[in-house]
Amino acid sequence: MIGRYAVRFASLGYLAVLLVAPVGYVFWKTFQHGFGPAWDAVTTPDAVHALKVTLILTAIAVPANTIFGVLSALAIVRHRFPGAGIFNAVVDLPLALSPVVVGLALLLLYGRGGWLGGHGIAFALPGLVLATIFVSLPFVVREVVPVLREIGTEQEQAAATLGASWLQTFRRVTWPAIRWATAYGVVLTTARALGEFGAVSVISGRLTGETESMTLYVQDRYRSFDDVGAYASSVLLALLAVLTLIVMTRLRPKEETQ
Amino acid sequence: MAANATALPAAAARRSLAPGLSIGLSTIYLSLIVLLPLAALSWKAHGWQAVTNPEATAALELTLGVSLLVALVNAVAGTAIAWTLVRDRFVGQGLVNALVDLPFALPTIVAGLTLLALYGPRSPVAVDVSLKRTGIVLALLFVTLPFVVRTVQPVLFELDREMEEAAASLGAGRARIFLRIILPSILPAILSGVALAFARAVGEFGSLVLISGNIPFKTEVVSLYIFGRIESGDPGGAAAASVVILGISFGVLLAIGVLRRWVTRHDR
Repeated sequence: MIGRYAVRFASLGYLAVLLVAPVGYVFWKTFQHGFGPAWDAVTTPDAVHALKVTLILTAIAVPANTIFGVLSALAIVRHRFPGAGIFNAVVDLPLALSPVVVGLALLLLYGRGGWLGGHGIAFALPGLVLATIFVSLPFVVREVVPVLREIGTEQEQAAATLGASWLQTFRRVTWPAIRWATAYGVVLTTARALGEFGAVSVISGRLTGETESMTLYVQDRYRSFDDVGAYASSVLLALLAVLTLIVMTRLRPKEETQ
Repeated sequence: MAANATALPAAAARRSLAPGLSIGLSTIYLSLIVLLPLAALSWKAHGWQAVTNPEATAALELTLGVSLLVALVNAVAGTAIAWTLVRDRFVGQGLVNALVDLPFALPTIVAGLTLLALYGPRSPVAVDVSLKRTGIVLALLFVTLPFVVRTVQPVLFELDREMEEAAASLGAGRARIFLRIILPSILPAILSGVALAFARAVGEFGSLVLISGNIPFKTEVVSLYIFGRIESGDPGGAAAASVVILGISFGVLLAIGVLRRWVTRHDR
């Protein structure tokens, strides 16, 4: 009995000290003097622009990686092709790669003197888009692959036997089965795209009001000793994170009862 | 599928175009987005003194050291949290379960800032970990928290409790049951989570930028060292150092792959 409570309190204490207290404190600091100052801090032109940049990045990266994710999950699970093992490993690579390395790789490719340099990609929005797509690439694939493995090919084969085209089979048989896994992957992709910092930091050139995303803005405010601005924009990002979290927990049970 | 193709050549022919397309398109996408930049990175890597100089080796040692420490702490804390979520019952358990995912959802720069607000120079609880190695460990523990919990939790949930009951009825104590029966079953999951946490810690950047202060030989980790090289106009050296941690990341990934196969074989 004592052992059970010891594990419970140790676990909850660890979470409280590491997670709940710091995040809660920043929320409290932000709204210490009411809602007004916090609202003012996140509605300055630079903050609004940074938020807009972040939303644009997310709006491009998420659909691109979703389409790629479903296609390549199908390729990995349903078809044997030469180099499938390497393909699989490369898909996972962005998960284990330091964001700074990602940013540097893009900089060396598209920056001055790079193979594809001088096309206005580095230090501009296209560079930020590429960095965001890179780091958020694996999530949909990783969620869809196990589900595709699990459901097998019997139903798809039956549909094909009955004369369904590839597209019909996908729409009527495969898609309904992988729908929730895809949605969960989309949520993870969104969270990663909204929060990317390192890769974007290297490739952006940090032009306030131009290539500054919300995460870069947080650092910029902190470095300028503007605590209210830094905390308020952090809270805004944290609220987006919490929203993602709520969607995540809503989707998980559905995924399990499938 | 092969049997199906011989039985129904027409259907197989209709199906064959689309798979080719999906393989082709996703290979092109992957090559353009991931492989081409990494090829440029390896091609442009030069100036190996950027990897072998004392500052770089100190950064690499520090990174591997703190990552190992963080991975070990996660092995214990993550398993305990997974245990609390699966075997315990208390009010608010669902909320705690959702909270564990917070570090995955929260931007890393925000994670660093929140830790700095509570445990930084103006800490209301008089704990200042900024510009210290303790701060690096704390930030890494924050961002790697979900890995072990989320790999151990499902395995613990699926675990058959009959063996534990049998052991208990034969007079085994709680510690003995855990060490002899539960731990061997969840060990592959723990190791897999630990490896993921380690890989993440080695490359971590966002949460460390504000908290570590980036002091050479003291709090400079590899990702920040690379960033410093880029800032000071030595992209070649930065690329050389990147190739080294790229190798480490890839090695860890391969190890996880082997572990995963081991885990799935364990299931069957």
